[in-house]
Amino acid sequence: MYNASDLRKGLKIEIDGEPYVVTVFEFSKPGKGQSLYRCKLKNMITGVIIDPTYRSGDTFKPADLSERKMQYLYNQDDEFWFMDVENYEQSVLKEDQVGDARNYLIDNLEVDILFFGDRPIGITLPNFVDLTVTKADPWAKGDSVTGDTKPITLETGYELRVPPFIEEGGKITIDTRTGEYVTRVKE
Amino acid sequence: MSHGSKNRFFLDEPAAFLNHKPLLLLRARIVQCIREFFITRDYLEVETPQLITAPAPETHIDSISVHDRYLQTSPELCMKRLLAIGLPKIFQIARCFREGERGKLHLPEFSLLEWYRTGIDYHSLMEECEALFLFLSQQLNMGPRLRYRGVEIDLEASWERLSVQTAFGRYASVSLDHALNNNHFDQTMVEEIEPHLGMKTPTFLYDYPASLAALARLKPGNPSIAERFEIYLGGMELANGFSELNDAHEQRKRFEKELKERAQLGKHVSPMPERFLKALQNMPEAAGIALGVDRLVMIFGNARTIDEVVAFTPEEV
Repeated sequence: MYNASDLRKGLKIEIDGEPYVVTVFEFSKPGKGQSLYRCKLKNMITGVIIDPTYRSGDTFKPADLSERKMQYLYNQDDEFWFMDVENYEQSVLKEDQVGDARNYLIDNLEVDILFFGDRPIGITLPNFVDLTVTKADPWAKGDSVTGDTKPITLETGYELRVPPFIEEGGKITIDTRTGEYVTRVKE
Repeated sequence: MSHGSKNRFFLDEPAAFLNHKPLLLLRARIVQCIREFFITRDYLEVETPQLITAPAPETHIDSISVHDRYLQTSPELCMKRLLAIGLPKIFQIARCFREGERGKLHLPEFSLLEWYRTGIDYHSLMEECEALFLFLSQQLNMGPRLRYRGVEIDLEASWERLSVQTAFGRYASVSLDHALNNNHFDQTMVEEIEPHLGMKTPTFLYDYPASLAALARLKPGNPSIAERFEIYLGGMELANGFSELNDAHEQRKRFEKELKERAQLGKHVSPMPERFLKALQNMPEAAGIALGVDRLVMIFGNARTIDEVVAFTPEEV
C-alpha cells in the first residue's frame, strides 16, 4: 500500500477498481493544520482527469499493471487482436485504445501490451517500424531540391510526406513517436 | 576588509553560483536587517538548543528524532522558558525541522524568526509586524509597494484585519462550523480562503477557533476563540502569532489532547514537555510569533518557490 506521503508525479494507483496515474502533485499545509496532497489523476483507461485532495493517513493500492510482449494479428471492425508470444493467448484492444498506433500496426509486429490485472488497456510500439509504400507518385527527375517532399500512402493506410526519391513498393522506416519518415530501407 | 567593500565584492563580481541563486544575496541582507530591527527595539537575541527532549505536542507537526532527542520543530518552548526567568523581549532566527514537509512552500529544514515580548497582546504584536515589514522594505530600498507574483501589496497602508469567521462568510462555500465539524477546515482554508488573502495589503487572519490553537490564550470572555493570527501576503502564509497561554494547568490539558489525537492517528507520541510546563507557572503575560524567513525572502525577492531562496534543497544536499 502507498501512503499519502508517497504520492508523486507518475505514481500509478488504483481508485474504485480503475488505474490512475498522478499527473500533477502539490503538497500544502496550512498553518498548524494537516498536510494536504492536492493531485490531478488521469484514468489510464478512459483518460478522464480527476482532482482529489488527499490527507496524511490516506492509503492507496498500487495499480496492478504489467506489460506483455505480444504480436499483432489482425483487426476486425473496431477490434485489434494480439497474441502473447510466449503462451499464445489472444487479447483484444478497442480502436480508441489503440489510437494512432493503428498507423503502424502490420501483421506480426511485436508490441508491448499494458495490462491492468488481466485486462488489456494500452499499447506501446517499437520506436521504429518498417512499412511498405503502397502509393506514391513517380520521382520526376529535376524536381529534386533539398527540402522537397511528396505525399505517399503506406500499407496501413497511413499518409505522410517523404523525400521525392521514395518509390511505390519500397520500404521506409517511420519513427512511431513522431509519425515521421526516418530513412529508406535498403532491401 | 571593511563590511561595505565585502558586500561590494559580491555585488560586482557575483560567483557563478550566485547567478544561479541570486536571492541568496537578498537573503543575507534581510537577515542583517531583521537583526537591526530587533536590536534597535531593545530585543535580546538568544540561541536555544536545536536538540531537545520534548517538542511541543501538536497533532499535525511531526518532529525528527536523533538518538534520544528531537530536532526542534520551533524554538517556542525554550524561548518561553526564557520569558519565565525574566527576559522581557527576545528574538531568535532558528533552524527548525519538520518531518515530511516538502513542497513549493515547504522544506523539512527551514528558518523561523521568532520573537516574544511580555506585557503585550496579539493586537500590539500585529502592529510590530507592520513595522518590521516596512523597515525591511525601506532598508532594501524597495519602497512600500511590493510586487509579488503579479499583485501589488501595499505595506504602508493599515493591513487588512480579517477574522476567521468573517473570512469563511466571505470566501468559503461552507460555514466555519460545518468545516470544523466535518474535518474540512484545512482544505477549505487552502482551496477557498488563502488565495484571496494579502492581495492589496498584507492580511492578518485572526481569532481562530479555540480547538485550533495548542499554545494560544483564549479570548477573555469568549472561550470559543483563541487569540491567534496568521499573516498572509499574496495568498501565502508567512507567520503565526498569538497571545501566549500562560496557564500551566490549561496548557497541560491542551498538550494531552494533542498527544491523544496523535496516538489516534497512529503517529509518534513524544514525551510531555514537563520542564516547560513548570516554567510556564512563572511566565508573565506575553505575545509571540513565528515568521518563516525563507518565505519572507520569497516575498521580497518575488520568488515562485522556496527552492529559489536556499543555497541547497534537501534533494541537492
